[in-house]
Amino acid sequence: MMYDVAIIGAGVIGSAIARELSKYDVKCCVIEREEDVCCGTSKANSAIIHAGFDAKPGTLKAKLNVRGNEMMDQLSKDLDIPFKRNGSLVVCTKNQDPAGLEELLEKAKANGVPRCRILDRDELIAMEPNLSDDVVAALHAPTGAIVCPFHMTMAFAENAFENGVEFFLNTNVEKIEKAECGYRIITNKETFETKVVVNAAGVYSDEFNNQVSDRKLQIIARKGEYMLLDKQAGCHVNQTIFQLPSKMGKGVLVSPTVHGNLLVGPTAADIENKEGTDTTQKYLDSLGPLSALSVKNVPLRQVITSFAGLRAHEVDGDFVIGEAEDAPGFFNAAGIESPGLSSAPAIGEYLGDMIAEKLALVKKENFKATRKGILNPEHLTMEERNALIKENPAYGNIICRCEMISEGEILDAIHRPLGARSLDGVKRRTRAGMGRCQAGFCSPRTMEILAREVPMEMNEITKNGGKSTYIVGTNKNI
Amino acid sequence: MEKRDLICIGCPLGCPLTVTIENGEVTEVKGNTCPKGDAYARKEVTNPTRIVTSTVVVEGGVAPMVSCKTAADIPKGKIFDVTDALKDVVAKAPVAIGDVLLADVAGTGVDIVATKNVEAI
Amino acid sequence: MKNYDLVIVGGGPAGLAAAVSARDNGIESILIIERDKELGGILNQCIHNGFGLHTFKEELTGPEYAARFAAQVYERNIEYKLNTMVMDINDDKVVTAMNREDGMFQIQAKAVILAMGCRERSRGALNIPGYRPAGIYSAGTAQRLVNMEGFMPGKKCVILGSGDIGLIMARRMTLEGAKVEVVAELMPYSGGLKRNIVQCLDDFGIPLKLSHTVIDIEGKERVEAITIAEVGPDRKPIPGTEIRYECDTLLLSCGLLPENELSRSAGVNLSPITSGPVVNDSLETNIDGIFACGNVLHVHDLVDYVSQEATTAGKNAANYIKNGKNAEAKEVKIYPEGGVRYTVPATIRPSEMDDTLTVRFRVADVYKNHAICTYFDNELISKRKRPVMAPGEMEQVILTKAKLAEYPELDRITITLEEA
Repeated sequence: MMYDVAIIGAGVIGSAIARELSKYDVKCCVIEREEDVCCGTSKANSAIIHAGFDAKPGTLKAKLNVRGNEMMDQLSKDLDIPFKRNGSLVVCTKNQDPAGLEELLEKAKANGVPRCRILDRDELIAMEPNLSDDVVAALHAPTGAIVCPFHMTMAFAENAFENGVEFFLNTNVEKIEKAECGYRIITNKETFETKVVVNAAGVYSDEFNNQVSDRKLQIIARKGEYMLLDKQAGCHVNQTIFQLPSKMGKGVLVSPTVHGNLLVGPTAADIENKEGTDTTQKYLDSLGPLSALSVKNVPLRQVITSFAGLRAHEVDGDFVIGEAEDAPGFFNAAGIESPGLSSAPAIGEYLGDMIAEKLALVKKENFKATRKGILNPEHLTMEERNALIKENPAYGNIICRCEMISEGEILDAIHRPLGARSLDGVKRRTRAGMGRCQAGFCSPRTMEILAREVPMEMNEITKNGGKSTYIVGTNKNI
Repeated sequence: MEKRDLICIGCPLGCPLTVTIENGEVTEVKGNTCPKGDAYARKEVTNPTRIVTSTVVVEGGVAPMVSCKTAADIPKGKIFDVTDALKDVVAKAPVAIGDVLLADVAGTGVDIVATKNVEAI
Repeated sequence: MKNYDLVIVGGGPAGLAAAVSARDNGIESILIIERDKELGGILNQCIHNGFGLHTFKEELTGPEYAARFAAQVYERNIEYKLNTMVMDINDDKVVTAMNREDGMFQIQAKAVILAMGCRERSRGALNIPGYRPAGIYSAGTAQRLVNMEGFMPGKKCVILGSGDIGLIMARRMTLEGAKVEVVAELMPYSGGLKRNIVQCLDDFGIPLKLSHTVIDIEGKERVEAITIAEVGPDRKPIPGTEIRYECDTLLLSCGLLPENELSRSAGVNLSPITSGPVVNDSLETNIDGIFACGNVLHVHDLVDYVSQEATTAGKNAANYIKNGKNAEAKEVKIYPEGGVRYTVPATIRPSEMDDTLTVRFRVADVYKNHAICTYFDNELISKRKRPVMAPGEMEQVILTKAKLAEYPELDRITITLEEA
């Protein structure tokens, strides 16, 4: 198969680039080894759109973070992405040097982050009564925001798909080699030929780069573990509370999520295994004391799940974005660690422009700039909801009782572009199974719906593709 | 003389029982709260029995399975013979509680009866 | 908006018994709202026997027990709605519910009985480290799959937690052809009934390892191995005691939590110990006319006790609907002390109570040769010896109206454990 552009990786970066390129007349595909989009780093992170004060001025991280943040107001409307500018605070405790806040404020100014200022304790407590008693001051960045990373990635991917980008899921890239046309991508399934390759392969982006370029990259998987708390705890803080970095490390954040839970994390540990998304007792145990440095009485008893994500840390520290010098047509989006999610829209724009120029692409007239997400009936009035149920009774049938998700929403998740084929796929799209019982009640019912609608056999239904099946046989026959 | 300690399974109280056995005969049961405990202890040390509960497939019903049980207790050593015998049993809906789904299961002389009503579609 | 005298949220054993009792006490206008497709609640998946010895004087399976109560509801023509989810209850007793046919609708009730039951503690809430593959089920989810749908969730399992559902599922999985490697229990005692250890584990040679917990889950896609380790008195794993089991399934039976999200939305005060509503002798919450019974109130061991409790709630709700509430009645608080973790009810109004009142509670630890002592102020009223008490088995004290009438100035009741 011959393409103009083949993007490796359907995370938020690959999807954002795909969406950007779908504005042009171009034959473009996305190749993803998992069974769904948003299965790697994009699904397990802090879900923050950073204001942009943290990165060193002049770096790509600084530039793309601030630009990405700016783009989110419009994007969240166009693509129906749950997004909230809740603001962020970097808190300094009595044992820390408040000069650190001044430095951050200077960086904020240099990076062009608007409206940052340093607040004293009285102002802070008025905003956030649960800050630790040791907090003396903080940098306030009102443009800091929270987002649903699943919906953000899926919004980009679905919109790209609707504008003609092809997606190849369950397709694992085994080798990339130079070819006459540009590059040949050999996978466990098809072989792709393409003029341009975009390497958005997360923690594996060094391996692909190193197959075609002598400017070697080294990506280290940096594991971050998190705890997610029940919605009852969601109002414990209103803003995202960061800690001023110290000798002890960068600290952990405590933040509401855009869906109303409370998130605590991440820890940081460099690991060898790029598949090592397991949580560990040691680091989970550390989250309580670490979070208490900035926020008091975090109700850790209300944890509903914990998870680990891997950040793709490039040893030189900055994002590696652009065409490899010695491999024309091979574009990297590598080393995309924090603030990667925040920068994703800007990385899409930046790389999209570069590739458009390279291939002399022409914008198409019929680009559809908007995408509608899965209807959330929670926002409807009772009359509107009843009209909806009358039209489609499935919206009256609650499947996930913790998050109050109806069958209608699950059907939408399955039947929409790039629809869900697994329980995790349904969960990331609708939140069914993401609540306090963690799918204990709804998983058998969601499985029935998947089996009926896809259709597929019960023993083919997986948690997240591959061998992650739920059912091993029928009674007395296993 | 032999003494054996048992936990009565007759009801949720779970009385701790001590059984005295002489020449293969139970001579004394201690620790029981009710006559059930005495009976259980005597049987448990000589010929232990159990009620077996399971499920069988239903055809044409509103549910894919119907729950069932042995109508009386069966020898403990025959538990797996009973479940094996249920492997190919298919009940036809409607099924009512008490319906015999399989007579004389595994040669025990005990029937398998439905424990749930399953209406026909 | 529709009007009913009594709305019962949940059509499991508690809801059904409450409805029958309310009808028998003269309430005509009753609606039971059930989220599942049939009445009976979780009993429908509890196909094992052992239910009903108190209520029906015979040993029934879960579905049989449920069917008997459902039959009583049918006989009385009590209205019920299936496949219907209650979305909200407010403190004016307006119940908002939804289903496919009626859409979203509201009911103004004179009284509400909360009977929503409980849910299982999930892997996430237990903070078990490791990967997050398929093959980790709460025991109840596995029970539903096997017993209601006929699907086997695994071939080789480790079970964490020796609660009754975990023990029952150990036997159930074994009978359906799976191998259960071990049941690990964090505490030094089992959380389940002794009879279940005998007939679900011992009968099949399944080891029960007390003071053990899961410390690692291997397998990125499906569970591949589970490692357990012994824990010390601090319940932290002891290095060097690890045992690794190759298996494809981890079942969790680590406690049940009353499901009170709706109660909270109505402004009902919840106990931090039971996670259920704080109720008086009528099983009435702090919101007038909202009652609670069954596992939503506190987790029971025996459905027979749920039915008894629900019968009381139904009768009291009927009385409230007919006669209102005596706001002047004096309320005496029960103080759980010395190893008694909580009591249900938490307060008593001697002028309003029935002739006898069963106060149920759980103890905090295993107690041998202790007595349950009841004090009215500082005076010992009763002392009942119990050879063994354990947190897994509910205890009770019975108070009589006659005795309480002798203490018109009573300030506090204390229930406590003392060495016998």
